Amino acid sequence: MFKHFEPNKIFSITSKAPRYVLYLLVIVLTIGLIESLLLSPEDYLQSHTVRIMYVHVPAAWLALGIFSSITFLSVTGYIFKLKNFFLIAKSLAPSGFIFNIIALVTGSIWGKPTWGTWWAWDARITSMLILALFYLMFLMAWRIYDKKEQVFKITSIITVLGIINVPIIKYSVDWWNTLHQPASINILSKSTIHSSMLVPLMIMTAAFALFSLLIFLMKYNTELIKIKNKGLDRL
Amino acid sequence: MITELFYMSGYGIYVWSSFAFTFLSFISLYVVTKNQYEKEKNKFIAKFGNLNAERAASAKLQRINREILSNTSTI
Repeated sequence: MFKHFEPNKIFSITSKAPRYVLYLLVIVLTIGLIESLLLSPEDYLQSHTVRIMYVHVPAAWLALGIFSSITFLSVTGYIFKLKNFFLIAKSLAPSGFIFNIIALVTGSIWGKPTWGTWWAWDARITSMLILALFYLMFLMAWRIYDKKEQVFKITSIITVLGIINVPIIKYSVDWWNTLHQPASINILSKSTIHSSMLVPLMIMTAAFALFSLLIFLMKYNTELIKIKNKGLDRL
Repeated sequence: MITELFYMSGYGIYVWSSFAFTFLSFISLYVVTKNQYEKEKNKFIAKFGNLNAERAASAKLQRINREILSNTSTI
């Protein structure tokens, strides 16, 4: 099955796709911005600061989702010796890291008018900071180590250790008494957020996911060309 | 209405700075990734140009190499 996804075969698609993803991103993002900044209502308690949610929440969701994907790809790649999985994981990491930083910074900005402080060593915030450090270690490992086998092993270890933190982030607001509010959206139960706010949130999440896809495709193509550059040296 | 959009009952500075930070991060990552892509592609084209006819013909047998050479602008 994996043979169909070999880099040599899919490059014709991945090299042309970014253009169309970019067009779609611009459309979805424009709708998302109009919805979140103009059309969505202000919160009865938090007033207009609730609009920060439309960048903070999608960024946090995607940072967690991408790290989970990277872990799956790295571990599976290491067990079944699938180099392409490592290439995909490496290409996903930059957008995941940026989303993590956005979640931390926008959360800090949101915290000032809501809690009266820019930062608190709260369980949710601290565990998100730890996730950013794991992202950083993952990205640094690819820069530091030259030998493929070495970098595959180290990045797999980093992701396995980092994934332990993901459920801690998710359930930190339930397990500990935190400043951060509990989750308003749950897949298994009814959401406590009104549709007038849920719709812009979902559109912005789609826009962020498209941005992640765009960066992934560009980075993946870069990595493939890098491999081909080394191939030309060997000719 | 425009004033209210920017002022947002006194919270505009927090909302706008959050959105500004987000989109500056997006643009920065996009520009860095695009530059890396262009750099690698240009390196590939330069290396390919330096190959002798026999090696160039051998390299061109690979579809991906032909794709890289023909795909001069992705975005």
